[in-house]
Amino acid sequence: MSFPWAEEYRPKHPFMRWLDERLPLPRLVYGAVGGGYPVPRNLNYFWNFGVLAGVALALQIVTGIVLAMHYEANAETAFNSVEHIMRNVNQGWFLRYAHANGASFFFIVTYIHIFRGLYYGSYKAPREMVWMLGLVIFLLMMATAFMGYVLPWGQMSFWGAKVITGLFGAIPLVGEPVQQWLLGGFAPDQPTLTRFFSLHYLLPFVIFGVVVLHIWALHIPGSGNPTGVDVKSPQDTVPFHPYYTAKDGFGLGVFLILFAILLFFLPNYLGHPDNYIPANPLSTPAHIVPEWYFWPFYAILRAFTVDFILPAKLWGVLAMFASILLLFFLPWLDKSPVRSGSYRPTFRIFFWILIADVLVLGYCGGMPAEEPWVMLSQVATMYYFAHFLLILPILSMVERTLPLPNSISESVLHGEEQEAAPVGVKPATAAE
Amino acid sequence: MATVEHHEATAPAGEDGLRRRDFINIAAVSVAGVGGAALLYPLVNQMNPSADVLALAQIDVDISSIQPGQAIKTIWRKQPIFIRHLTPQEIEAANAVDVGSLRDPQTLADRTKPDKAQWLITLGVCTHLGCVPLGASEGENRGEYGGYFCPCHGSHYDTAARIRKGPAPTNLEVPEYEFMSDTAVRIG
Amino acid sequence: MVRFFGFLVGLGFVGVAAWSLLWGVIAYVSEPPAETVEHRFHLHPEHVDFSFEGPLGRYDRQQLQRGFQVYKEVCAACHGLNQVAFRNLADLGYSEAEVRAIADQWQIQVPSINPETGEPAGRNPIPADRFPDPYPNETAARAANNNAFPPDLSLMAKAREGGAHYIHSLLIGYRNPPAELPEANRPGQGLYYNPYFANLNIAMPPPLTADGQVTYADGTPATINQMSTDVSAFLNWAAEPKLESRHQGGLVILIFLIFATILAYLSYRNIWAAAKRNVRATGPLDPANIARRQAAEREAGIEG
Repeated sequence: MSFPWAEEYRPKHPFMRWLDERLPLPRLVYGAVGGGYPVPRNLNYFWNFGVLAGVALALQIVTGIVLAMHYEANAETAFNSVEHIMRNVNQGWFLRYAHANGASFFFIVTYIHIFRGLYYGSYKAPREMVWMLGLVIFLLMMATAFMGYVLPWGQMSFWGAKVITGLFGAIPLVGEPVQQWLLGGFAPDQPTLTRFFSLHYLLPFVIFGVVVLHIWALHIPGSGNPTGVDVKSPQDTVPFHPYYTAKDGFGLGVFLILFAILLFFLPNYLGHPDNYIPANPLSTPAHIVPEWYFWPFYAILRAFTVDFILPAKLWGVLAMFASILLLFFLPWLDKSPVRSGSYRPTFRIFFWILIADVLVLGYCGGMPAEEPWVMLSQVATMYYFAHFLLILPILSMVERTLPLPNSISESVLHGEEQEAAPVGVKPATAAE
Repeated sequence: MATVEHHEATAPAGEDGLRRRDFINIAAVSVAGVGGAALLYPLVNQMNPSADVLALAQIDVDISSIQPGQAIKTIWRKQPIFIRHLTPQEIEAANAVDVGSLRDPQTLADRTKPDKAQWLITLGVCTHLGCVPLGASEGENRGEYGGYFCPCHGSHYDTAARIRKGPAPTNLEVPEYEFMSDTAVRIG
Repeated sequence: MVRFFGFLVGLGFVGVAAWSLLWGVIAYVSEPPAETVEHRFHLHPEHVDFSFEGPLGRYDRQQLQRGFQVYKEVCAACHGLNQVAFRNLADLGYSEAEVRAIADQWQIQVPSINPETGEPAGRNPIPADRFPDPYPNETAARAANNNAFPPDLSLMAKAREGGAHYIHSLLIGYRNPPAELPEANRPGQGLYYNPYFANLNIAMPPPLTADGQVTYADGTPATINQMSTDVSAFLNWAAEPKLESRHQGGLVILIFLIFATILAYLSYRNIWAAAKRNVRATGPLDPANIARRQAAEREAGIEG
């Protein structure tokens, strides 16, 4: 698609030729994830996670569809129907644990995928659209996961729904009507559960659609690579199939091993015990916490404790949404012409601080709202916003970057020694 | 393609080497295929009847209050069951029929338990297209042969619930059951 | 433009967060948060070696039967088990006839109707029934229990931090309140001090009070500790009845996956064999790359 030397689809079997002339689906697949998609030859294992996220989405959709055959979206029976799946449905426990832990794995994989993009500058031109579509997927994932967590109608389901929809109540003037519109009442109840089930079933297919756009947009400039240097010649690339299908197959195996350990031996490790208590509108759990993948954002939400012009609660809500929305502007906030963090020594330091910062936020988000966790999350929140909105724009103007290799092949054919050589100085030995 | 040429140029041409290497790829793909197929099993099997449904596949019925000539309807596996206490005349009528002339040749003895010929237990599901035949309740049309009558397409069953007239291909089905005592039957 | 507005927004959020932090620090310094009473006296569950723990853990059928006996004779009067059906008891090793007898003789009836009059009535449970609730509704339960609601135990082992260990610790954890316990936290009327319970005071009277309270069918001496361990194991089974098939199935699948992954790795290396010679991982985590990068940085630093 993207490079002139991309292999053209030449069907071998007469049937495939017949099909290709009438419906060029084989051609599309060949060009997207087959031999017709040239990919930089130097991708490392961090480039496995896009495919893994796709597999996780497929697993969630498949297990979700079969669970929906047994689940009852009824406030009276929802909790029992989940237990019915766990106890009576054939292999129901496997399907439900796979779906619940599959959500966690989907987020783990997606977070690694996102941080890969942050480190290697995958958001930079010409891949801004890939980045933004990815963020749309991330937002849809969060909505889907949140509504899915409500469905078992346990204590955390109920109170999570109450707290999160309560955030919308913080919006001035329209807050309360919006909250009631979301819930279909004054507190989570039957109307809430039914609409959440409907949307929880719908959104994964929307995600799938955006994933198609995400991959489409990726294929226009082609995949990035760890050096951040553009592909210049056929020597820089290998066909996706068989090279990266094989590598992704191995990556998928490792992913499934870790997933199986969690699913079969620690299925409730990432869950909260309170969600095995049926929802009770009269009794609030001691600590309401969302699922772990929301903890960093939950910490940002709770970091704003003092009114300042606007109410503290509104600041928290604004900051939480801003913390994700600002990522949409990242391609224009970080204007450094060098993509890869490997050649940006100062950026790299701040990047690892950001990783630590998000981990701290995540930890604080999972802890009760007590000191010192609140103060810690305030410091971490400050760094989070400073990193993207203050540090990166300034850094991209003043940073002294390392010299880039002339091409991908140069960096891989001669090892990395050449990367440090000043731009323009030819290596002593010829390429081949 | 550059890489393909490169591949051929650098790989030693040995036949065995190539074959061994192909074998690994084929094995990996095959094992992945087996894994994928195994994953299908729970996805398919979850649609089979669940444990609670199977647990209800056996019911105990108290038949002490059914007088001769009466019948009751009960539900087994979400399907109607007719339990009929036959009168001596009905038993006689059923035994008088020439079995060889029937569409689905069965004697009354084939369709009841030994020494319990007065208890006719059948599924209340017409073997034609699955309607519930009339005749189990008081005052319902029992058809021309005094057994059951299916109003959907006019199948007539006799006092042994055998098909005598109409489109149904076979007699009303007799479920598996056993007498726990003179007054209690376990169906299923 | 984006960077200019981004800068303003960034300063805004950082500033407001700093303002919150300032007040937080002032409050923290002026009146440091006192250790709560719960925090000081609450105990974490004691560890018990249960047979079902660990990746290959299995239930001990004899223990489950003993635990069921404790549940039946001690707990069942107040606590339901409404996710579990009598037929599930076959998992504990009871025969079909025994299950039928247990169901038929259960002390609580299943709500039903009188077949003649249609009036509400009860009938003896059958194996297909789930354990009937001891009280018709929460109000009745509270009325009978000094306004406390005995929770259903079906999922107790999964609904509390610590699971079966917590249940065991709670059952043997009753004691006299320590002398230094503040007056406000002393058990009031109808409450009992138990440091394993979240707020230290539980409405449930000590259920296991004397050795030999239950006479085990298998002759095991029924000490309080034994009864508590057994019933905890039983409740773990009630909450997670599929644990054994999960462990066994998981092991088979794990072995298969490891095998498949090794094959996938060999296949990957095989396919890349020629290209690999020329391709080196250039990830930031490659130690060789890090070393080179550091060298390059030093060099760049000198030159710059």
